[in-house]
Amino acid sequence: MNISNTVKITPELVAEHGLKPDEYERILKLIGREPSITELGIFSAMWNEHCSYKSSKVHLKTLPVTGKIVIQGPGENAGVIDIGDGQACIFKMESHNHPSYIEPYQGATTGVGGILRDVFTMGARPIACLNALRFGSPDHPKTRHLVSGVVAGIGGYGNSFGVPTVGGAVGFHSRYDGNILVNAMAVGIADTDKIFYAKATGVGLPVVYLGSKTGRDGIHGATMASAEFGEGAEEKRPTVQVGDPFAEKLLLEACLEIMAKGCVVAIQDMGAAGLTCSAVEMGAKGDLGITLDLEKVPVREEAMTAYEMMLSESQERMLMVLKPGKEAEAESIFKKWGLDFAIVGHTTDTLRFLIRHNGEEMADLPIKELGDQAPEYNRPFTETPKLPVLDASNVPAPKSLGEALEKLVASPDLCSKRWVWEQYDHLILNNTVQRPGGDAAVVRVHDGPKALALSTDVTPRYCEADPFEGGKQAVAECWRNLTAVGATPLAITDNLNFGNPEKPDIMGQFVGCIRGIKEACLALNFPVVSGNVSLYNETQGRGILPTPTIGGVGLLKDFQNSATLAFKSSGEAIVVLGDTRGWLGQSAYLATIFGREEGAPPPVDLAAEKRSGDLVRDLIAKGRVTAVHDCSDGGLLVAIAEMAMASGIGATLELSPGGIPPHAFWFGEDQARYVITAPALALPEIEAAARAAGVSAMRLGLTGGEQLILPGERPISMAELKKRHESWLPDYMAAKN
Amino acid sequence: MNAAVVLFPGSNREGDVASAIKRITGKAAKIVWHADEDLPSGTDLVVLPGGFSYGDYLRCGAIAARAPIMTAVREHADRGGLVLGICNGFQILCEAQLLPGVLQRNAQLRFMCKEVYLRVERSDTPYTRRYNAGDVLKIPVAHGEGNYTADEETIKRLEGDGRVLFRYVSPEGKTDPKWNHNGSTNAIAGVLSDKRNVLGLMPHPENHVDPLIGPTDGRGLFESIKTVLEAA
Repeated sequence: MNISNTVKITPELVAEHGLKPDEYERILKLIGREPSITELGIFSAMWNEHCSYKSSKVHLKTLPVTGKIVIQGPGENAGVIDIGDGQACIFKMESHNHPSYIEPYQGATTGVGGILRDVFTMGARPIACLNALRFGSPDHPKTRHLVSGVVAGIGGYGNSFGVPTVGGAVGFHSRYDGNILVNAMAVGIADTDKIFYAKATGVGLPVVYLGSKTGRDGIHGATMASAEFGEGAEEKRPTVQVGDPFAEKLLLEACLEIMAKGCVVAIQDMGAAGLTCSAVEMGAKGDLGITLDLEKVPVREEAMTAYEMMLSESQERMLMVLKPGKEAEAESIFKKWGLDFAIVGHTTDTLRFLIRHNGEEMADLPIKELGDQAPEYNRPFTETPKLPVLDASNVPAPKSLGEALEKLVASPDLCSKRWVWEQYDHLILNNTVQRPGGDAAVVRVHDGPKALALSTDVTPRYCEADPFEGGKQAVAECWRNLTAVGATPLAITDNLNFGNPEKPDIMGQFVGCIRGIKEACLALNFPVVSGNVSLYNETQGRGILPTPTIGGVGLLKDFQNSATLAFKSSGEAIVVLGDTRGWLGQSAYLATIFGREEGAPPPVDLAAEKRSGDLVRDLIAKGRVTAVHDCSDGGLLVAIAEMAMASGIGATLELSPGGIPPHAFWFGEDQARYVITAPALALPEIEAAARAAGVSAMRLGLTGGEQLILPGERPISMAELKKRHESWLPDYMAAKN
Repeated sequence: MNAAVVLFPGSNREGDVASAIKRITGKAAKIVWHADEDLPSGTDLVVLPGGFSYGDYLRCGAIAARAPIMTAVREHADRGGLVLGICNGFQILCEAQLLPGVLQRNAQLRFMCKEVYLRVERSDTPYTRRYNAGDVLKIPVAHGEGNYTADEETIKRLEGDGRVLFRYVSPEGKTDPKWNHNGSTNAIAGVLSDKRNVLGLMPHPENHVDPLIGPTDGRGLFESIKTVLEAA
């Protein structure tokens, strides 16, 4: 063994690399000697939580990941599903939480860049991006700055790259004050027979470095993302990378061209832990060794050490194994796009990860064990105690329903997010059938008529109150949103954001949510094909609300046969499908009007979800309904108000049925419900179909006029309501409220 | 009609405009590489598409304006050929001094993607023949730097010579600062060269041509070009 070992490996150094003493012992046992500093860096990159999933793996394995339409489940750069006609949809969601808190613009851009790379690495052309953002309380002094930076960053990257950002979610809660969440999702399309994987095959083949040059940015980014924030998190700014969407756009075009020319054996993007992680993945998956000669790596800074090169997280880089004899052709394509192209190593049959720098051996490690032998923890957890069911009679009625409605639609969580999505180019590529602001975005595939429906969902306060029901609800709501536009839900990607897994109660939240997700995915035939786990979202010991964001993809055979939420004309019946019981525990009504987050969240009856969803999809396909909206935060009255505001048409509502207090009826958040409209003549048929499907249908009123009229209350002007709905966020960002 | 769409590194709406041209004229546009020195022979319309050429680094359009192909584009314009610059293409035309003025950051300092209303100021140009003067079009914008400005004398000349082709207006067609989303001087959305063969505009007519996706107010611009070129 001739490894340069110039730095003494002390316990402090081991700790600085985020490795626990027993993990270091494991390294010593594995390689039989003290590691070099470069090797220690490589282990820290491979064995941190972000890359190794060491706390989550044992639970992730329980999720349903297979199905008729699944071509590739979790474990590759992104998930792949079959959408018919020889086409595949490739998609994934990933977090960039820690960096976005430290440097919101660059943290968000590199989050978008990373997830786009995951998708086009597999041979797909990205067709849409979505995101899910969680910020701290609007009153927190940093929130405005973070919202402004993150939104500009997401737009700054996607707009320049040239992919429409078509949907997402934005929420606020004081529990994100010190740890915001930035979850970005990318969706691409490829031919099913032209999908590229990370697994390398063949010995002695060139390993090629593509894209931007390597600098010292982002060193230890993944390690930072695997620890809690203490005081002075801002000092970690140098670990945040800088995004270059222009370079990524060129990389996309060059990669797709090189793939089309048949040059590529295997490809892996350099994301977290850069060169280390990508090379190890390619070798370990293909049962091959990899030898790298670092002096050949294109660098933009002088005198970079092997350690720095192996841990750099410079963006917009790829690693490829080329087919023999294709080097010149591949190189000419990359040169045409003005990108770096360098043969930096080759595959071997030794199963060793050998790093040389100017002829000197800097690391020599067993490649499979680097990935496979990462520590795996079955961390102790305590179940989250169940909260009592809150009786509606314990929740006060509002002064008037109308006044409560006005407050709800102008609240930070339920107000219009136009200020956000108008900063995203959501129209480029000319395929955006349904724009942001609806239940799900609808994006045409090529020239249609096929289209994909896309949505991201989770209700963190439900997950906090009951992780199991909350996990179920996140999946069910996503499924419902896709259904509400008429799509058949196909599969999901999950982005699991939690606090410190070393705390049993946090681990309990994680385990509970996973169980809920699993149960819902099984019941709704909605497998998980990709995902990402983000733990340690804590600052000074305070964790975020458990936030398992679900990103779903659904299929519309003909997008002209889709539904939207806006009322279409006056005099139509407004009907709710699904049971209304008036569940106020953890409701937006309770939280917004009274500042109370109490009680058990609404239970999710998955069989009922399936019944009502299948009914709604069928009614849309048959053209029986004129508008459809999923009923979620804020209950029936908020859903109806949103349908009215989207159209400018008002509504006259009937008295709520006896037995349920009116505020519980109108604001309760019972699940498995949709609000639809239909011409009066179509009602008997709809009601018959609902009866046959075992779904209740209740008439709520009629569309029409320019006001929203509740029995016995002052009519609400639609124009006024819409103004309040639209103005909260712009006013907040301009510091006017 | 023979259209050529120039592809710069970082262009990203070349496909949108090419497919609009194909949809409306029935004939595919040729994609021309920025490093080429010649336009395809017979080209009668050059399009500089939207996007972020060279990442918009340095200044929007500044680097692309100096690409090898731009010499041929300039010669084409000098011969009276049609040159249409949309969004980043408009920025490139200004940087190449084929059009006067500059596009600054939007007044509110944010990127804006939304539908806006444009008033067609005259219909006797190759780009607006199929519209009527005074028509109000609903067309989307998607830009961070679309705030058109020029020195007072230039603005006066543009206005005096009738070279302002499109203006941001209210849905009723009135100029109103509230509807001038990016703060452009005189709400200018599109300007012509002195010979009226070169047009630069910030909004994206190519994104409003397909009735299955949304409004189709952008069709008239491409139909106008087709009418003029086919009559030639």
